[in-house]
Amino acid sequence: MRPVLLFTLLLLLTVASLLFSLASGSIAISWQELLAVISGTHSGNELSEQVLMELRWPRTLAAFTTGALLALAGGLMQVLLRNPLADPYVLGISGGAATGALLAMLSGLGSFWLHGSAFGGALFSMLLVFGLSHGAGSWTTSRLLLTGIVIAAGWGAVIGLLLAISPEQGLRGMLFWLMGDLSNAPMPLGSLPVLLVGLLAAVGIGRSLNILAHGEQTAGALGISVKPLRSFIYLLASLLTATAVTLAGSVGFVGLVVPHMLRLLGMRDHRLLLPAAALLGGSLLVCADTLARTLLAPRQLPVGILTALIGVPVFLILLHHSRSLHGEER
Amino acid sequence: MSLLSTQALHVSIGTTTVCRDLELKINSGDRWCVLGRNGSGKTTLLHTLAGLRPPDSGTITAGSRALQKLPRKTVAQQIGLLFQDHADAFPASVLETVLTGRHPWLGPLQWESSQDLTLARNALQAVGLGEMESRMVNTLSGGERRRVGIACLLTQDPQLLLLDEPTNHLDIHHQVRMLELMKQQVSNSRKALLLVIHDINLAVRYCNRFLLLFGEGESLQGNADAVLTSDNLERLYQHPLQAIQGPQATYWLPQ
Repeated sequence: MRPVLLFTLLLLLTVASLLFSLASGSIAISWQELLAVISGTHSGNELSEQVLMELRWPRTLAAFTTGALLALAGGLMQVLLRNPLADPYVLGISGGAATGALLAMLSGLGSFWLHGSAFGGALFSMLLVFGLSHGAGSWTTSRLLLTGIVIAAGWGAVIGLLLAISPEQGLRGMLFWLMGDLSNAPMPLGSLPVLLVGLLAAVGIGRSLNILAHGEQTAGALGISVKPLRSFIYLLASLLTATAVTLAGSVGFVGLVVPHMLRLLGMRDHRLLLPAAALLGGSLLVCADTLARTLLAPRQLPVGILTALIGVPVFLILLHHSRSLHGEER
Repeated sequence: MSLLSTQALHVSIGTTTVCRDLELKINSGDRWCVLGRNGSGKTTLLHTLAGLRPPDSGTITAGSRALQKLPRKTVAQQIGLLFQDHADAFPASVLETVLTGRHPWLGPLQWESSQDLTLARNALQAVGLGEMESRMVNTLSGGERRRVGIACLLTQDPQLLLLDEPTNHLDIHHQVRMLELMKQQVSNSRKALLLVIHDINLAVRYCNRFLLLFGEGESLQGNADAVLTSDNLERLYQHPLQAIQGPQATYWLPQ
């Protein structure tokens, strides 16, 4: 698909998903009211305006930011590890964040501390993996991957332990956090700038990413200083992931699958793929979160369940479609 | 002034000493061939000369400056390397892959221009893949993939071409065609090449300087008449060889 067409479609999808999310919920808000509030003309209905501006808009924005951060981080991580199966969590960042978040919940701390603790855990895990994988010798991709996976497994054990010793009434909140949940997400005032700066940085190194995807040796021979570039990608992807999990817990699937969806649509240049992934990831999570809070209303579902429920069929359709187009790949 | 030279170069990998006190001068017009047994460190030497790994001791000079002190990008403008194998983890089209050769010539935020595209298409024409630019690289045969690698190197357009077994996967016709192409590159635009190859007869046909790596750090260099003798080659490969006098050169066959 041509990039211009694809970006037009993605922008339309983004706008549509935002409107869908703002219009849906327990209090019915008509399209006229929605448009009136968006355009700034006073609608006269104070309740609708309050619901939109104080509840739905922050949550919608938080969902979009989280999805965009994860899709961007996933695309970066896949190039860094040269592994199509990599996702933002493969190197243990979400495990560190989850441990931090669960500890905060266990100690009965408020949401400020919960977010702070999750971010702290993510940063700690990121530095731990970075330090350990450097070790004494060279910083190879497989060493980084193995270190990350082992650390992630370690966090998994700690998370299991925390769940086992938690009092019953706290378990539900913890499970929701682990599956990804936006019901406590604040207005993403800090995360949105992180997303924008991260996106600019990622597009800035986009051509180098294209080359790195062909292998580190090739990249070196084509004039790239591979080690600093890899450290930069690692730190960038980790920061984006840490920001996302701090907002919404470990929402699965988006970071793994969104970059692949775009690759299946023929988008391979990372200067275009990464911004496209941010738009698609953001829209996907906005739709998923809208369904999560409306499907079984007034009951809310963890958004992570919906990302998979929407993403799996979409991905499989794309995969099937692309095989019939290009023939079996070797 | 030579394109690339080494002073007292010592290279080793693991427990293998590749070369000791190597004094190599690659001048424009030179077509060097490196011969040696499997595992004697030919690839390691090539990677060292391309600045991808540091030597144990000694210096490599590119133009008038130390290779290790040059920015990677500058090195890539002067020295290009065809790797022995290609690893493609992600799908890419033939044209996209060949365009990567322009990377060292572009600014950080610059996009490939139509001129870069022309260079890439010309390179694909030159290796006989002009019709295949939109094919995905992972659907190509081994020999076609190899020619994509060579086209990428042509697009990079360095002064010194380092070729690690360039004839891998190629049929006889394309072996000759690709080596002929490289030879033309060297003579037309004052470049130089250094290749690793296991076919002595092709080497004799296309190269005018030879470097023999005997293992244990011992090496020998010179032109064909001086270096390519039965004694040297039999010692090099630890295998008896038969010399057959041809119309233009001596051909070597393993016994």
